[in-house]
Amino acid sequence: MKRIIGLILGLCIALSLTLFAGENPLNVFMILMRSAFGSMYDLGLTLSYTTPLIFCGLSVAVGFHAGLFNIGAEGQLTIAVVTAAAVGILFPNIPFPLAPMVAFAAALLAGGLWGWIAGWLRAYRGSHEVIITIMLNFIAAGLASWFTLQIIPNPNSQSPETAVVSPNYMFKDYDLIARRFPDTPANASLVFAIVFAIVMWIFLWKTPWGFALRAVGSNPEAAHRAGISGKRVQMLAMTIAGAMAGCVALSEVLGSTGQYRIGFSPDYGFIGIAVALLANNNPLGIIAAAFLMGALHKGASDLDLETATITRNFSQIIQALIILGVTAQGYWAWISKNKRRKN
Amino acid sequence: MEFMLLVFSLLFATLRLATPLIFASMGGFMSERSGVVNVALEGFMLAGAFAGAVVGYSFDSAWLGWGAALIAGLAMGAFYAFFTIELKADQIITGMAVNLLVMGLIPFITKILYSSTGSTPALLLEDRFRFEPMLMAFILVTALTYWLYKTRSGLWLLFAGEHPEALVASGVSVRKVRWAAVSLSGVFAAWGGTSLSLFLASSYSPMMTGGRGFMALAALIFGKWRPLPAFLACLLFAFADAVQIRLQGMHIGNFEIPVQFIQILPYVVTIIALAGFIGKSRAPKALGK
Repeated sequence: MKRIIGLILGLCIALSLTLFAGENPLNVFMILMRSAFGSMYDLGLTLSYTTPLIFCGLSVAVGFHAGLFNIGAEGQLTIAVVTAAAVGILFPNIPFPLAPMVAFAAALLAGGLWGWIAGWLRAYRGSHEVIITIMLNFIAAGLASWFTLQIIPNPNSQSPETAVVSPNYMFKDYDLIARRFPDTPANASLVFAIVFAIVMWIFLWKTPWGFALRAVGSNPEAAHRAGISGKRVQMLAMTIAGAMAGCVALSEVLGSTGQYRIGFSPDYGFIGIAVALLANNNPLGIIAAAFLMGALHKGASDLDLETATITRNFSQIIQALIILGVTAQGYWAWISKNKRRKN
Repeated sequence: MEFMLLVFSLLFATLRLATPLIFASMGGFMSERSGVVNVALEGFMLAGAFAGAVVGYSFDSAWLGWGAALIAGLAMGAFYAFFTIELKADQIITGMAVNLLVMGLIPFITKILYSSTGSTPALLLEDRFRFEPMLMAFILVTALTYWLYKTRSGLWLLFAGEHPEALVASGVSVRKVRWAAVSLSGVFAAWGGTSLSLFLASSYSPMMTGGRGFMALAALIFGKWRPLPAFLACLLFAFADAVQIRLQGMHIGNFEIPVQFIQILPYVVTIIALAGFIGKSRAPKALGK
């Protein structure tokens, strides 16, 4: 409940900022709503943002449960999406049901590897995962751009993007969600995302590995006494986190565009932090939180057109203030303390 | 002769590029030594770079921009201090949120001021700094080293981060020491940012810090949370950056090294340094508590 109040508080402060830009906050809010849910097309776009946000939210949440702050989801998903695209382009002759599976497995591996690096450095070298994952984000972006532009560029386009994978990699013809939302990138990967969220919930609360992971996160000392290896758990958590972020390949490459486009992600990895926090790292809550943040993001993307002075970057302000509103639950205690002081 | 020229130009480039890192690293030093984790350096730097560029451009004066960065840094630092010290919010999450907030606010403000989505107009070349920030960075490191170990208030900072109880016992408010330290941390980091926009370049461009706030933090950790070693680490990272710029477009035989490989060099160096392959480092005891 307090989280919801924090969320509303953050949103209100963000909206009231628009007064400085000479806009009416209520009007801006209406634009956000209309542009997120106004039509089947808008809803389709909102859902297409929701899917990667569920994956990234899960990625960040797994880290949090093990006491690690994974801000590397952006780099992990970049590496994974490029890998999936590379597999699709370099091996065009794999038949349909096998092809997307191979590409997906490659993406999971690549994302997992990228997360594992940070986990290993954290566990065995004590390097802070926040700095390492930020650096890995930059490195991933560099490697991805090299691979995209030099090795598998799109021959038919001047845009910085890879070639398109062969059609047997995509599940377009079998995609019921894509049919429902024509002309939008919404696709069946949303179902995968929801299933993964449920699996993640079962993993965290119903399996011994999930227990070990949460134990290390909440009380490393006790976990150590109980014979749980903190180091192995940290590596495991970061690897799973990387693989989860890597699932974005599913919605981006296999589900909709069939290629990696440089800059396709509006920082999904970072919005994922807000998603995880909003949901208190509960995998099932993440589905709802991702939908909300997806809606806000889609809503903000139309601010460019609909208002004179507010740009799409406004969604970053909203996200930041929501994170602050949700994280700083201390204001309840602080307000009551100050009241007492006055009395 | 040509080789000597190359060495000198590399060294000079290193010193220039190290300036923003040094300031930010000293900012991180203030905050972390007082016991407050600071991953918001990147945001502080961006805020400083932006405020400096806007004011510097408006008044055609780099020094006024420098002053504006001071105020912006102080405000950002106090904002962060309020959340972490008063509200006891998670320091790392708050820090990332501050970064995100600054990244969103800057285009919001440029749109109002210049109706552009990010960059500010450039200063005249003769208005911007020539070498002053470089010098000030060195002075800051020297002053901090002296202050930390030789003065009473320097010890307050150390104790706030190592044994807050001892500080309380001697009648000094940990809260106040941390407030001051974190606010100053904002100022130093903002100066680091503005030495990017008024010294290395002559305007603000979106995301111009490029992870330098985190590199500065890595330098601090690599330097075992002490000013002088952190300063040397900054020089190392800046050297990697200088080499990176130098290597772009260079050929080995007929083979041109892909520019992306060269660009990621500073980040790789940071990871290697941080992975502690050269000695372990120990954080202040009460860091993050």
